Amino acid sequence: MTKPVIEIAGLYKDYDTPAGVFPVLKDVNLTIDAGDYVAIMGPSGSGKSTFMNILGCLDRPTKGEYKLDGQSVKSLNGNELAKLRNKTIGFVFQGFNLLSRSSLLDNVSLPLVYASDNKSLRDEKSKKLLEKVGLGQYLNSKPNQISGGQQQRVAIARALVNQPRIILADEPTGNLDSKTSEEIMDLFNALNKEGITIIVVTHENDIADHASRQIRFLDGKIVEDRRNKKIKAEA
Amino acid sequence: MFFSMLSEAWHAMSANRLRTFLTMLGMVIGVGAVVLMMAIGEGAQQAIKRSIDSMGSNLFVVLSGSSSTSGSRSGSGNSSALNINDANAIGDLDDIGAIAPISTGNAQIIYSGSNWNTSIVGTTPSYFSIRGWNVDSGNLFTDADIRSASRVALVGKTVVENVFGDDIDPIGKTIRIKKSPFLIVGVLEGKGQSFDGRDQDDTIIVPITTAQRKLFGNQIPGSVRMIMAQAKSEKYMGVAEDAINDLVRQRHNIRENTESDFSVRNLTAMAKTASDTAKTMSMLLGAIASISLLVGGIGIMNIMLVSVTERTREIGIRMAIGAREKDILLQFLLEACVISIVGCVIGVGLGLGGALLVKKMVGAEILISMQSIVLAFSVAASVGVFFGYYPASKAAKLHPIEALRYQ
Repeated sequence: MTKPVIEIAGLYKDYDTPAGVFPVLKDVNLTIDAGDYVAIMGPSGSGKSTFMNILGCLDRPTKGEYKLDGQSVKSLNGNELAKLRNKTIGFVFQGFNLLSRSSLLDNVSLPLVYASDNKSLRDEKSKKLLEKVGLGQYLNSKPNQISGGQQQRVAIARALVNQPRIILADEPTGNLDSKTSEEIMDLFNALNKEGITIIVVTHENDIADHASRQIRFLDGKIVEDRRNKKIKAEA
Repeated sequence: MFFSMLSEAWHAMSANRLRTFLTMLGMVIGVGAVVLMMAIGEGAQQAIKRSIDSMGSNLFVVLSGSSSTSGSRSGSGNSSALNINDANAIGDLDDIGAIAPISTGNAQIIYSGSNWNTSIVGTTPSYFSIRGWNVDSGNLFTDADIRSASRVALVGKTVVENVFGDDIDPIGKTIRIKKSPFLIVGVLEGKGQSFDGRDQDDTIIVPITTAQRKLFGNQIPGSVRMIMAQAKSEKYMGVAEDAINDLVRQRHNIRENTESDFSVRNLTAMAKTASDTAKTMSMLLGAIASISLLVGGIGIMNIMLVSVTERTREIGIRMAIGAREKDILLQFLLEACVISIVGCVIGVGLGLGGALLVKKMVGAEILISMQSIVLAFSVAASVGVFFGYYPASKAAKLHPIEALRYQ
């Protein structure tokens, strides 16, 4: 039995809107084991993105328990949450979210800046990761000089640079064509094989089929949680 | 960490060069104005201080009052109320260190083909010690010259220039003052302008006895136009002024409640007023210049606010990958500080350049003190921190999700 890396119990999230309190997540319970590959699915407005933000320590739940790596997140202050985002979690976004002015190397190094690594160590680690995602020859290029798929690879390299235990990917292929999407998913598959827990938010079944576990949200609740029997093989 | 942030600040600034330049310009002008104005103000103060020093310190001038001849009153110093004995009596006062009786007048002087009109001062050798004045070449006249009323003269720099020119050594030459021949025994060192703008070097000094008997021909023998008295030190100034007043009134048999036939002027106090005025003026200049520094600071704040809004998404990204609030705060604060400090460096350079230009073109005296540069620098740095803090804290307090969603 692997140790659970994420334990969520009785989690609620309300948003205060001008029209009143709007509940987005209602009594969510979920445990994710280390090394798992989870796809979170559901239509727009089902609460999956909000759930993702709470998982990523970008937002706090209104009520309920969230334990990341056995540690309750509720009691942590802003700096401690920032540290979790920096070291334990790696984010991959739909829109890549690279800094357009910085070189690829500097983009990948950014988490290391906040982890206070020195410059030579940062460059060494970042270079290694850019090589790993197949962009070793573009170290000093700017994000707008490479394709969308390549940009997402840079974003993945950035997410990996601090050796996180979990990768959170929010619609990572939403802006990519299907062929590039498959390449990105292959990368995730490979990372999962290395033991990194991967959680992907998506509304595409194709993408979700890469995961070994599929969770479906509807109206702020988990309505389906099943093991994927026909995991998509690597292309 | 700090250096990578500094280099990021530099990147962010160079990404928008024109805007950074314009923001900086506000700072450059502000600091430049402060440095320039302080250089001019302090220069003026120094010029005044030098004239005051050239006048001599702790000085009183006792002037005889105005005389009236059949209803027409002449100005101060024209009656013959004061005489040598008054001067000697003042010199005997405890609080007075030295005195010099003075008779003055203007006269035409002639040397070979050239002539010049200048002020003639008849006095005693103690005049030179009171005023801290010495000869550049030659010798001062002595008490023996006073006793014998010898026709010797000391000439000021301006007189030398106008009468003798550069080529002739005036010492040993004879000039004519009001047709009487005088032997030049010394050339006085240059004193420059007095604080009221007179050229102190445009003068000839002769023994007082000679002046009285041979040049001005006073009706009453021994009368002097004024007496210069020097208090023993600054703290005796108040006491000395009263003592001189009481003594001379008593000697002139002036009853209570009657106007004196003389007046005592505290030159040091007058000089202090002049220097205070210059100080006020320099502070005023500085204050006006600081307003432009303030405006420059507001410009920085304005641009930083725009920059924070523009880069909201970037802030969100940074937060998502582990930037703490204080990292974001530091980043924007650093940017504001870099703008203001770089602006300050350029401003100091420009201010110094401007000051040198003013010196060259207007001939005004300027004084560039390290103090004013340090002041401008620290003010600029604190302006950067002060006006950068609000935008930076606004950035740091952004909610990561909202920042990430910002388009």
